[in-house]
Amino acid sequence: MLLIHCPYCEETLPEAEFTYAGQAHIIRPENPSGQTDDQWEEFLFIRANPKGPHYERWRHFHGCGRFFNAVRDTVSDKFLTTYKAGAPRPDLSTLLPEGQK
Amino acid sequence: MSEYRVSGKGRVDAARPVSFSFDGKTFSGLKGDTVASALLANGVHLMGRSFKYHRPRGAVAAGSEEPNALIGTRRGPGRFEPNTRATVQEIWDGLQTNSQNKYPSLKFDVGAVNDAAYMLFSAGFYYKTFMWPKNFWHKVYEPFIRAAAGLGVSPTEEDPDHYASRYLHCDVLIVGAGPTGIAAAKAAAVDGLKVVLVDENAEAGGTLLSEPQAQIGGKPAWDWLASELAALKDAGVRIMTRTTAIGYYHQNMIGMVEKLTDHLPTLPKDTPRERMWRVRAKRVVLAQGALEKPLVFHGNDRPGVMLAGSAQTFLNRYGVLVGRKPIVLTCHDSAWYAAFDLSDAGAKVQAIVDTRESVPQALLDGAQSRGIPVKLSHTASGTSGRLRVNALRVNTIRSGHVEGGQNIACDAVLTSGGWTPSLHLFSHTQGKLAWDDDKTTFLPDVTPEDCLIAGASRGLWGVEAALNDGAEKGRESVAALGKTGADATYAVENDRPGTGVTHRELPTDLNPGRAKAFVDYQNDVTAKDLRLAVREGMRSIEHVKRYTTNGMATDQGKMSNINGLNIAADALGKKQPQVGLTTFRPPYTPTSFGAFCGYHRGDHFEVTRKTQIDAWAEENGAVFEPVGQWRRAWYFPKAGEDMEAAVRRECVATRKSVGIFDASTLGKIEVVGPDAVEFMNRVYTNPWTKLAVGRCRYGLLLGDDGFIRDDGVIARVAEDRFHVTTTTGGAARVLNMMEDYLQTEWPDLNVWLTSTSEQWSTIALNGPNAAKLLQPFVKDLELTEETFPHMSCTELEVAGMPARLWRVSFTGEIGFEVNVPAPMGRKLWETLWEAGQQYGITAYGTETMHVLRAEKGYIIVGQDTDGTVTPDDCGLGWAVGRKKPDFVGKRGLARPDLVTKGRKHLVGLLTEDKSKLEEGAQIVFDPNQPLPMTMVGHVTSSYTSDAVGQPIALALVAGGQDKMGETVYIPMPDRTIAAKITPMVFVDPDNTRLKI
Repeated sequence: MLLIHCPYCEETLPEAEFTYAGQAHIIRPENPSGQTDDQWEEFLFIRANPKGPHYERWRHFHGCGRFFNAVRDTVSDKFLTTYKAGAPRPDLSTLLPEGQK
Repeated sequence: MSEYRVSGKGRVDAARPVSFSFDGKTFSGLKGDTVASALLANGVHLMGRSFKYHRPRGAVAAGSEEPNALIGTRRGPGRFEPNTRATVQEIWDGLQTNSQNKYPSLKFDVGAVNDAAYMLFSAGFYYKTFMWPKNFWHKVYEPFIRAAAGLGVSPTEEDPDHYASRYLHCDVLIVGAGPTGIAAAKAAAVDGLKVVLVDENAEAGGTLLSEPQAQIGGKPAWDWLASELAALKDAGVRIMTRTTAIGYYHQNMIGMVEKLTDHLPTLPKDTPRERMWRVRAKRVVLAQGALEKPLVFHGNDRPGVMLAGSAQTFLNRYGVLVGRKPIVLTCHDSAWYAAFDLSDAGAKVQAIVDTRESVPQALLDGAQSRGIPVKLSHTASGTSGRLRVNALRVNTIRSGHVEGGQNIACDAVLTSGGWTPSLHLFSHTQGKLAWDDDKTTFLPDVTPEDCLIAGASRGLWGVEAALNDGAEKGRESVAALGKTGADATYAVENDRPGTGVTHRELPTDLNPGRAKAFVDYQNDVTAKDLRLAVREGMRSIEHVKRYTTNGMATDQGKMSNINGLNIAADALGKKQPQVGLTTFRPPYTPTSFGAFCGYHRGDHFEVTRKTQIDAWAEENGAVFEPVGQWRRAWYFPKAGEDMEAAVRRECVATRKSVGIFDASTLGKIEVVGPDAVEFMNRVYTNPWTKLAVGRCRYGLLLGDDGFIRDDGVIARVAEDRFHVTTTTGGAARVLNMMEDYLQTEWPDLNVWLTSTSEQWSTIALNGPNAAKLLQPFVKDLELTEETFPHMSCTELEVAGMPARLWRVSFTGEIGFEVNVPAPMGRKLWETLWEAGQQYGITAYGTETMHVLRAEKGYIIVGQDTDGTVTPDDCGLGWAVGRKKPDFVGKRGLARPDLVTKGRKHLVGLLTEDKSKLEEGAQIVFDPNQPLPMTMVGHVTSSYTSDAVGQPIALALVAGGQDKMGETVYIPMPDRTIAAKITPMVFVDPDNTRLKI
């Protein structure tokens, strides 16, 4: 079971308290009706499937209830960092160990 | 004293005989024996039949890696377990055990005909043999395979034991309490650090229990062990025996199963049989040791052929000679020591046969001083004996050539093909392995976890090396925690480190194509099978494994993986690392389902949510159905009524007078705040701005893809406050979705969301007399069409209780929903029930609710919709506020596929023959078309309806809204049913019955 740091509670807690909520940094357009079919398809369906660091959303469901963002390595499953919703993407080069940058 | 028991040897208690049974016969052993050691003490080697060929088999090993000696154990009524390893199960007075895979008896087994027909059962036989003719599968092959497959017999009674689970947090967890683990624990037990030392065996000590000759720091091994364990306990180390670390999970969480009662003749009260430990350790030291490899040669599975190290264990730990006239066959020094120990204990060792040309002089001297004949540069090409080995066929190897064989009589063959480090838990961590050419095995490389691996499990042989490496890794572990570990250096006399060489199949003078040289004993896989798999095109070890089933048995290839890899690599002409190693997966040893289930069985399997009115329903004979985690009253049968009769009565009574229904399970969310109305506008399809305080509206919730997610009636309680209801099963999902949009897309909106599902008891009254019944309990409000029209809501007192009263209907009748604080629910229910007697009030359950709503064409999200249905598809286009600039799903509704012609529409169906359709039945337009037919939809809801006078159904049908009055067909196994497409509303389409 993974240990996950909630950036709102500022505590590292067991995975069982959290739920996964899909890829992060997908912004719902201001005016969806102005979107072309292709743009809307991109927003709705097209997701990254990286081998390595993945930006994703988690919710501290059985805790504070807040959604937050994380960078998790899909190979090792390890969380590289977590950060509050709305904060900018962290710089991968500061997160990855030497040799993986 | 039995024939094979050596007095003065072993850790068993000679003063405490124990009597147990095996296949109905009573045997005597000693306290401290396992079933295997006790049987061997009685000269019994034959303990089971093999899985595929039903070949006679005996114990090969002395520990949990044992592949052959699998037995059924009965520990009293209901307490039967198949596939227990006889080498692990401790004996006690009255224990009943039996052998497996035999019919009619272990000594004479008809299934052994498979052995003669072995050509049929070679690698990949499942794929080759049972493919044709096709119609043989059901009647011939499958019953045969089912009867023959599987190890042992499943228990038939419910398990009366209970199983526990616990969490444990510690600073250092050490897996394996052999010399490595003990030294690591000693080094780590400083400064009050919480250190846990676990071992799967009944007692700690590991290899020291089998090597009493070693002198550690001048002390005999067993004296050292006793004082060291006592010292560890004094230092606060928690030592857990009979506890297997079964898996290593993320971030140093280790699963461990502790066996608490299987070794006890009487069960202590309230003690669980097993306990699952979930351990979170800051640091882990893996000291699992190494497992001995068998040698691969013709007849190497005959009872009496076993691992030399295990024979040494049976002698030194249990005081049992596995044979009086053993012969040793080896390519490694360690087996020589087993020969010496057995010889010193009175056995007449027939010979030491070693494939190597030379061995250390000390070994030759040891053999000579004991008068043991030595045969270097020799191999073995077969064994003989029916149910037990009686001779080994031995051949000289001269300059690479194997000469003719010579039989040497014996009553046991002790083999050693070297040792394999135990890397199971290390591999669970996604630790990388590195091939070591010298040792011809994989060794641990790096792991992402905070974990060190020590001793024999990283290829260090001998007690001294193990102790010093354990101490070093213990100190390293505590250094990582900022502490200084205890310093210790160990010197060991009479140590037996040893080296050896590695073989694939032993060289032979006979045709290898006819050899039954087993690699995987439990799955009956031979060397020939592995080579055949390669010839037939398998290239990766993962394919070879699956084609031959090598390493796929319950022992997970503890003995067979490396031998299998060596042979496959040779057949492929590649180096082992290029062929790869199969993945080790948890659990390390077979684990009971009970240990995984823990407390979650029976009533505790999952939470059952009950409303405040549930007890009344139970007292009044309700039959219940699960809805999500809720249990809901399904219907209330009267004496002699079946479900259909009860539901029909409830439906008729509700439409005729008044029915009462517990709607408390509906999801409820309070949406509050200055921006509440804006939030509602964005989340639900409907427009909310103009909804007046005191009014309700049916709300429809879509995903951004445009498909229906949920629905429910929503009341505007105040300008800034909405009382939202959701479907019973959708409450948590809807709140999660609302929170998601609010927190991450519209954090600027000033809105709070609160789940109030369990705060309210909700009682629905429906029927022509509903208003009359309710009126006396409502002061200050006239329940008339003018003062409280349909879709009104208000806050007031009902029967003296604070309430939110809604005038809504899910039946098409005059309807009210009274929400009162949850604990008052039953009081209100009983008040209304009593007052309703004058109207013949009828309690109804979810089935009647379903019928009444279907008669009105009201949908159930998740039954009539399936995640691909739009509002227009089910006639709810009127609920979509198309003029709003945006709402969740608005853009989705304009997607090309959602506006296309021919989508499936929800429509009504009336069958021509007035039969009731089956929910889920497929629909076609043309019943005479050739197979396979084009399916154009399915029945989503179907009920008997007295109000309509015939059964009704709702169905999704392609283009259905444009096919009113047309006939569709529902092909069933026995006949095809014709049905007419109708509007969804079957009863009172003009809603006249809603009026007071």
